[in-house]
Amino acid sequence: MTDKERQQLLQQLLEKQKTDKLKPSDRYDIPQQDMPEQDPAVRRGNVNEVATGYTETHARLEAMRCLQCKKAPCVNGCPVQIRIRDFVTAIAEGNYKEALDIIKENSLLPAVCGRVCPQEVQCQQTCTVGKKFKDPTKGVSIGRLERYVADLNKNSDSVPTVAAETGKKIAIIGSGPGGIVTAADVRRAGHDVTIFEAFHKPGGVMVYGIPEFRLPKAIVQEEIDTLTKMGVKIVYNFIVGRTRTLEQLLTEDGFDAAYIGVGAGLPRFMGIEGESLIGVYSANEYLTRANLMKAYDFGRGADTPIALSKKVAVIGGGNVAMDSARTALRLGAEKVYLVYRRTEKEMPARIEEVHHAKEEGIEFHILQSPKRIIGDENSRVVAIECLKYELGEPDDSGRRRPIPIEGSEFRIDLDTCIMAIGNGANPLIRQTTPELEFNKWGNIVVDENCKTSMEGVYAGGDIVLGAATVILAMGQGRIAAAAINEYLAKK
Amino acid sequence: MADIEAPLVAQARKPGQFVIISINNEYGERIPLTIAGADPEKGTIRLIWQRLGKTTAELADLQEGDEITNVAGPLGLPTHLEKFGTVVCVGGGIGNAPLLPIAKALKEEGNNIISILGAKNKELLILEEEFAQISDELIITTDDGSYGRKALVTEPLKELCQRNAKPDQVFAIGPAIMMKFCCEVTKQFDIPTQVSLNTIMVDGTGMCGGCRIEFDNKPKFVCVDGPEFDGHKVNFDLMMKRLNAYQDQEKKALEQYKEHQCKIEQIEP
Repeated sequence: MTDKERQQLLQQLLEKQKTDKLKPSDRYDIPQQDMPEQDPAVRRGNVNEVATGYTETHARLEAMRCLQCKKAPCVNGCPVQIRIRDFVTAIAEGNYKEALDIIKENSLLPAVCGRVCPQEVQCQQTCTVGKKFKDPTKGVSIGRLERYVADLNKNSDSVPTVAAETGKKIAIIGSGPGGIVTAADVRRAGHDVTIFEAFHKPGGVMVYGIPEFRLPKAIVQEEIDTLTKMGVKIVYNFIVGRTRTLEQLLTEDGFDAAYIGVGAGLPRFMGIEGESLIGVYSANEYLTRANLMKAYDFGRGADTPIALSKKVAVIGGGNVAMDSARTALRLGAEKVYLVYRRTEKEMPARIEEVHHAKEEGIEFHILQSPKRIIGDENSRVVAIECLKYELGEPDDSGRRRPIPIEGSEFRIDLDTCIMAIGNGANPLIRQTTPELEFNKWGNIVVDENCKTSMEGVYAGGDIVLGAATVILAMGQGRIAAAAINEYLAKK
Repeated sequence: MADIEAPLVAQARKPGQFVIISINNEYGERIPLTIAGADPEKGTIRLIWQRLGKTTAELADLQEGDEITNVAGPLGLPTHLEKFGTVVCVGGGIGNAPLLPIAKALKEEGNNIISILGAKNKELLILEEEFAQISDELIITTDDGSYGRKALVTEPLKELCQRNAKPDQVFAIGPAIMMKFCCEVTKQFDIPTQVSLNTIMVDGTGMCGGCRIEFDNKPKFVCVDGPEFDGHKVNFDLMMKRLNAYQDQEKKALEQYKEHQCKIEQIEP
């Protein structure tokens, strides 16, 4: 569809709406609006954002595809129950400010979530339009619309109102998505808020993990700037548990409550031979070097090196695996393989990321997994030996269990291997906070209000849920913030 | 060597712990340095390092009063201290720096301290005076014989192990190769040996896993599981190779830095 055709269609529909309402069949006839994006051949050579965003015409047409269902099943698909139908309707009517206000009732990071939420297994999975076309990706493109209205508001100076100072102090541990929203919500209630960040920069996984081409760092910085404008303090290079313990913050430093949003942290390895060879990375390390430490500029200012790879294999099928593979391409790798032991259907990555990765030339090796990693005499990785797999009965996760095929060993030559198979819980807080209750996986135990076993201490995000998403961390942050505000009102 | 103002770290640090520092917020590299001492009253920590790569060179070129952008810590598990009996503290080169607070603390626990300090030559020997104050016995070795005994640290270590009353515990901190050979010696005599490892790190909080070593054939993270380990279970050969992972790139960065410094010196009158 050309821009001209798109504009004509919008005009026709607007004309039609003046006399009678659009019928469902009219709405189904509107073609789904693809997101304009950089050409794959071009973008694999730069770190700029892949999807460049809707125009107003795109957005209104896409919003008009929404049937405005009475029951609004999309809302139930959203982990934070954004009034999706209502904001989409507002966009269809051209009321973008109203749309953003509706989103902001429940989500404080629309520019982020519009980009990184796995919509096809959340709001779009329950979308009636998607059901009609028997494909959630063909439902209303809710994330793209969310991003559109959020981006329109870019560079606005509006700062949320802060209530009169209460004199109560709150410590927020970690400046990732959970920490940011909790900080905003408790600051709005007038509390004195300090965020403690272990790194030298704020944003958590949104900065060290998710690459620029998927989530521009300027967007995260803007959220942080809003917080500081609200009067939230951020302390860097501060490792709660080590620099000061949680106990010290609460008993000696005068904090009345704390929120732990430290993320998951500890990268998992497979436990196979050769995982400590040079050139074998955890995805966390690879992405942190590339994103946070700007290793792509090594020798041009940046001091942090990264492997100069020609052939790379990434093990895993989630978003982090896609991010690693696509980062490797942008760092100049000639061949990048994605090795996953199930099939594409079971991949936890967002469909869009899988699609983008393929477009950029990542080679998918499905139903395969490394058995051992092979190095040379200098302990540098030269190959992986893989086994082929087939799918058996569904396991606990409901996905069909991959079963190795005996004798199917084969070799993939490479110089870099990136493990993107998830994270365990970081032991730092646990090592230094004996009062806090953890489950057997090392995750913090909380109740429905995100309250931990320690008085005045709340927690959320990956350190509670294991590996989760930005939106879930944000959802928990909001629950915790409400609970903290209530707790402090009574205290 | 420098004393760095970092009051919270100075207060919280315990022997055996390290900090991560970086000099430039946008482009700086994060490197781990073990804390060699602290003055909680003044709020300072002491760092001792050797010019090796670009960041350590840059750090060495700072002047008194300059600011180090980021100092994060203290990190890692503190040394496990107890009254072992006779403890041999083996320090090699720059390793004497992190060893000193540990030896001091062991002395305070009531241990009998025998220190072996090794260096390439007399000029490179550090902290002799400080060790002399806390050691019941002090042995100095240099590679070239310019001071103390001409030997590697493993020689006197072996002799100590052969004594009738053999040591109860050994702490060895220094170059990886030194720690490896110290462990080979003590293993023969079945004397528990703690080593402190200084691998390549990024975050220092367990998040990246770049610092991992093979310990008892299993991966361990130096930043959160260490930095001290039972040296008899560490795969030193692999660790040494991993330390050189970025050798070529590091060399290039250092050369670039040196060139840059030379140009500055030429411009400045």
